[in-house]
Amino acid sequence: MANYLVSLIVVTAIYALFSLGLNLQWGFTGLINFGHVASMALGAYTTVLLSSEGIPLIVAVPLGAVLAALLGIVIGFFTLRLREDYLSIVTIGVSEVIRLIALNEEWLTKGAFGVQSFPLPLQNFRPTLLSRLFMIAILTAIAVWAYGKIFCWIRQRYQKLNGSVDLTLVLVGLFALGGVVLYWVAASALYNFSQNPARNGLMLISVIFVAIAFWMLERLADSPWGRVLKAIREDEEVAKALGKNVFWYKQQSLMLGSAIAAVAGSLIAWQLTSVYPSTFEPLTTFYAWIIVVLGGSGNNAGTILGAIILWAYFEATRFLPNLTQALHSVFSFIPPAIDPAREGAFRLMLIGLLLMILMMMRPQGILGKKEELTLGR
Amino acid sequence: MVDNFASSDASDMNSQTVSQNSGTRVLGSPLLTANGLVKRFGGLVAVDNAAIEVPQGSITGLIGPNGAGKTTLFNLLSSFITPDAGQVLFDSNPIQNLPPHEIAHRGMVRTFQVARVLSRLSVLENMLLATQKQTGERFWNVWLRGKQIAKEERQQRDRALEILHSVGLAHKANDYAGGLSGGQRKLLEMGRALMTNPKLILLDEPAAGVNPTLINQICDRILTWNREGMTFLIIEHNMDVIMSLCDRVWVLAEGQNLAVGTPQEIQTNSQVLEAYLGN
Repeated sequence: MANYLVSLIVVTAIYALFSLGLNLQWGFTGLINFGHVASMALGAYTTVLLSSEGIPLIVAVPLGAVLAALLGIVIGFFTLRLREDYLSIVTIGVSEVIRLIALNEEWLTKGAFGVQSFPLPLQNFRPTLLSRLFMIAILTAIAVWAYGKIFCWIRQRYQKLNGSVDLTLVLVGLFALGGVVLYWVAASALYNFSQNPARNGLMLISVIFVAIAFWMLERLADSPWGRVLKAIREDEEVAKALGKNVFWYKQQSLMLGSAIAAVAGSLIAWQLTSVYPSTFEPLTTFYAWIIVVLGGSGNNAGTILGAIILWAYFEATRFLPNLTQALHSVFSFIPPAIDPAREGAFRLMLIGLLLMILMMMRPQGILGKKEELTLGR
Repeated sequence: MVDNFASSDASDMNSQTVSQNSGTRVLGSPLLTANGLVKRFGGLVAVDNAAIEVPQGSITGLIGPNGAGKTTLFNLLSSFITPDAGQVLFDSNPIQNLPPHEIAHRGMVRTFQVARVLSRLSVLENMLLATQKQTGERFWNVWLRGKQIAKEERQQRDRALEILHSVGLAHKANDYAGGLSGGQRKLLEMGRALMTNPKLILLDEPAAGVNPTLINQICDRILTWNREGMTFLIIEHNMDVIMSLCDRVWVLAEGQNLAVGTPQEIQTNSQVLEAYLGN
């Protein structure tokens, strides 16, 4: 169970990081990027191919990020002058082109066969007690910082609601409580680091990356730079009239978002310990979209919460067939368990349904601001 | 109002000497000059060999019947669209091929016919955005030069609140700009333009769709800022506004210059009346 939870933390952190990149592009700048997964693929393949050749990971990962940023620039150069819906179509096309190149250029990527047995970070790391405690200290620092933020937010919201409690507050509170369990699991995994160095190390690295990305993006969002991006999202003609080089700012947003996605790509390669083109189908992009919309576009904390909710949902519904089977044995009118293929589709269907309900009841997302939706242009 | 009429007399004299020798009068050298501007949209010639001149320190008006090409001319002047022919000189430098953001850097800022505010930003943020060349507009500075940015933000905030106060929006500073009324949006847009520290403000119909009380307030603002040295070019349909504000009025009809003169001259110009009312 603990192993399973550690993997869950890793996957959630990876998707949170990936979605933070999209949130910068869509939530803050208003760029409709339907090809976000292209950067992830580029990051994953660059990291594993270079590190297989003996290039250290600490060089390979930034190189992947730089390559993805360059891809962002190239896409942006040809499309950012167009209207936003054109950008969405071109980006989804580019992401498919990248995936098909990975599938067909077998000399480079081994095609559908996939790349395996590449170096993983910290896989040969056998820490002493002191360094294990140090790692736990890092994790604890991040957890304390996160809980400080959550606590401030809860208090603020509680005061704004004049002492009453609403659904969001309950939801955030529940997740915060659940987080304590996860923290305990993570800390004990780090204490028993040597049981599975690669996975435990990856867990710490993922969490650190998310924390750093979150901190940097929050700084950006509150800065004059972030203000320009939001202005472009609202009305780029105004930004232009006020002397902002809109094209260049959009490029920067695409670049940074893509670089973040590329780092998420390196992490997912290490998590899966093998890289296949099929990992980078457009569906992955739309998971990021679900996460961003769920949490509230333009809200970094919301994006992380969205990732947590999506993966909590995925893992909770994993046991759906067992549940229906059990119910079937008691109440015969309930149909027996569905086969795995249909069950997967059914889970996605349910997500769609939940999203529709959310959009009707809470169109601004979980942490989004309701007032913003009632404003005229 | 009185001193305004005095200055309009000065510009009157100036207007007659423009073609031979400008820059000798109180209102002095032209800040913005455009010559032979042409813009075609397919078969339609929206602006056809139009010229305009805005002397330093003036309030210059631009009027014309609907569809005369006023807003297109504005877009040409502010480089939002590029002319098919002709030249725009700002501060004696050609600017017709510069990107629009560069125009704002050089000190010419425009507003829009339908006021455009950044809805999901606060009124104060709308103002702060307008400051040119902020340190924090480069993303690496956000992480590296936090102190400098915070200092600039404090200074700009004070200045923004001062301007907001003067346009009567100080109490709305922390509200979403999207919640403002039409007239308040016009005021915010003007304040935001001023925040860029420009030499010239182009106002596209500042009084359109605004109630009479607010029109007076807007006119007062324009006059005050003009007295403090700001130059304006104004498109407006409301003749009272044009007559009370402008030193000189340019009339555009079917993309061409029809007349230039003081408001009084324009009011009595038979060609202008014809263009507006028909034969």
